[in-house]
Amino acid sequence: MSNSQKYTPNTSATSHIPVRQNDFNHQAHDALNDGQLRTNFRRAMDGLIAKRTAQFPDSDDLEARRLHAEAIRQRCLNKLPQLLEQLESNLKANGIKVHWAETAEQACEIIYGISECHQAKSMIKGKSMVSEEIELNHFMAERGIDCLESDMGEYIVQLAEEKPSHIIMPAIHKNAVEVAKLFEDKIPDHSYTEDIDELIQTGRRELRKAFFNADIGLSGVNFMVAETGTLCLVENEGNGRMSTHVPPVHVAVTGIEKVVEFLSDVPPLYHLLTRSATGQPITTYFNMISGPRGENEKDGPKEVHLVLLDNGRSQAYADAQMRKTLQCIRCGACMNHCPVYSRIGGHAYKTVYPGPIGKIISPHMMGLEQTKDLPSASTLCGACGDVCPVKIPIPSLLQRLRIELKRVVSSNDPQQVNMKGAGAGYNAIEARVWKIFSWIYSSRYRYKMLSWMASRFGKLLPNIGPVAVWSKVRSKPVPANKTLHQLMEQRSRQASGQSNGSDK
Amino acid sequence: MNARQSILDKLYQTRDLADFIPTKAEAPKLPTWNDQQKLEKFTQMISAVNGEVHSCEKNNWPHKLLEIAQQNKLGNLLHAPQTEWGAVLAAYFQATEHQLELLEYPQSIDEEGFKEKLFFSIDAAFTGSIGAIAETGTLIVWPNQHEPRLMSLVPPVHFCILEKEKIWNTFAELIENAGWQKGLPNNALLISGPSKTADIEQTLAYGAHGPSQLIVLVV
Repeated sequence: MSNSQKYTPNTSATSHIPVRQNDFNHQAHDALNDGQLRTNFRRAMDGLIAKRTAQFPDSDDLEARRLHAEAIRQRCLNKLPQLLEQLESNLKANGIKVHWAETAEQACEIIYGISECHQAKSMIKGKSMVSEEIELNHFMAERGIDCLESDMGEYIVQLAEEKPSHIIMPAIHKNAVEVAKLFEDKIPDHSYTEDIDELIQTGRRELRKAFFNADIGLSGVNFMVAETGTLCLVENEGNGRMSTHVPPVHVAVTGIEKVVEFLSDVPPLYHLLTRSATGQPITTYFNMISGPRGENEKDGPKEVHLVLLDNGRSQAYADAQMRKTLQCIRCGACMNHCPVYSRIGGHAYKTVYPGPIGKIISPHMMGLEQTKDLPSASTLCGACGDVCPVKIPIPSLLQRLRIELKRVVSSNDPQQVNMKGAGAGYNAIEARVWKIFSWIYSSRYRYKMLSWMASRFGKLLPNIGPVAVWSKVRSKPVPANKTLHQLMEQRSRQASGQSNGSDK
Repeated sequence: MNARQSILDKLYQTRDLADFIPTKAEAPKLPTWNDQQKLEKFTQMISAVNGEVHSCEKNNWPHKLLEIAQQNKLGNLLHAPQTEWGAVLAAYFQATEHQLELLEYPQSIDEEGFKEKLFFSIDAAFTGSIGAIAETGTLIVWPNQHEPRLMSLVPPVHFCILEKEKIWNTFAELIENAGWQKGLPNNALLISGPSKTADIEQTLAYGAHGPSQLIVLVV
């Protein structure tokens, strides 16, 4: 495969993601023309799909588990505010400090405030997509605090001054050769090798020093248990445990939707999470944190903080249909199976959460003005909904977002959800065209007239607008000379003529 | 209004959406095995991810541990003689010829020089476990005052002892029956194999940040 254009996303670890409106098409176009990127993604996605399939040999069992997981997530969401209060009081009783943030900015301020209290100079990070969502590294760097990513994938992406392209495997867009070159360029005393074991050992050596020296450790959270006041972290590498056990202060940051009611809600969700994500029956570590270092303990952080982030989640929560978006347990199966994601990769979306889940959650975080292209960046093939372990109806949520995007916003409609950027995609001409369309289709005679005209004069369809876009790489669609109705009538006339009036 | 109140108000105000009715579903039936099968399943699953399992007798496991330590040319071993298993190990080592240096965790990780030693020059650690899970090949480790959190994480080799009668079928069964709801320690761990990553080209590599070897002694 040729690699004429090197795909380097225009982002860096120390700059905000530039969100240019309506550039999804260009981003997708660039990504589609990057042979190496497409090879990397295709290989990765094929592997992940096969691994997941192998974990679920019994489709009845899988379906029963998905229904159970969906029921758990919906029950917990239905009690979300009470559960958050219960969680908070149990965490406090366990000695964990709880903070609330409505916006990304607030969350960063809180985390920076904690660092300041401890005069922290360096922060080691376990893997946290929420920290990406709030652009924490950038915020801290501006204030003189170094944040180092310790998940191998995140570490690679940070060295390359890029962003994660997948929520589970951040560096999935790179191959070993690209990583080998990167390490050679960026890591002192490391000589070039493409051997993956050696590359990982280099990462281990470098990061061990960082774990040892870090003043503060930051992590995400996979499940928060209200019943016991426990934070659960899922990982394979041990960097999550290092980040949460070694530094004197541990800060966890996560979205408000991650809370579950009972400890017994955890195993069924964890069972599906790892199998759906990477086709593993379980991860190496399941780290349950219910308190800081106790009086008679010899290690562990002396302080544990939890930052609970809203950032648009309560907006999704306010709508019965869109609330299902919050069932997500961030396994990434939807992106692994998405025909769009696997062809363009994660960076083309220009959002922290790419792929199908990204398309339904980002509009709540960023507003529809900035995510105009996302609801329609889908073929609605339904693969994401089919594989989602908690049965989020992603395709119908995409359709719903299309409606929100195109709606006429009126402030006195009580039925209308107060969605940020609703109506951002409204287009008067388009709305008029659909009005005419529905006027024609709602009457038998008008419909007949239209299909008669189409079969006669369809060839004259001018090559402009959407037709021009369509026919750039395809033949122009030409309506048939006879409509289906006409053909059927013809057939039944022939049939009755042949059967001489018999009822067969 | 503060952020907490504002978030909770938003959620409470929209909580009772009449058209959001959570679905209901029973937990699917979970697998159960007999004692022999549980041990086999555990061994099979943890071996599949590079965990090493050694069947031992109640009286000869320290001998097995020493043998493995010598094969791996380990220079030292962190252990906790205050625990039941640690005491047995310490007694055995006292009565035996060997080159292995036995180390103990001091009163605190913050003690002068110990953290550096732990990170850069301790070869292996030995800890107990409170049981295991058959379905996924998982050890259950509750760090405590004698065997702190970092003991099973920082040294490159982790020896762990498991009593074969303490193997649960599934994680769900454990949570259902072990009474963890009544109170969890500050840190509880499930450990399934040595640390690993597949972040470069989805190729599995062991020994990412935690131990590169997990050696389970089953008694």
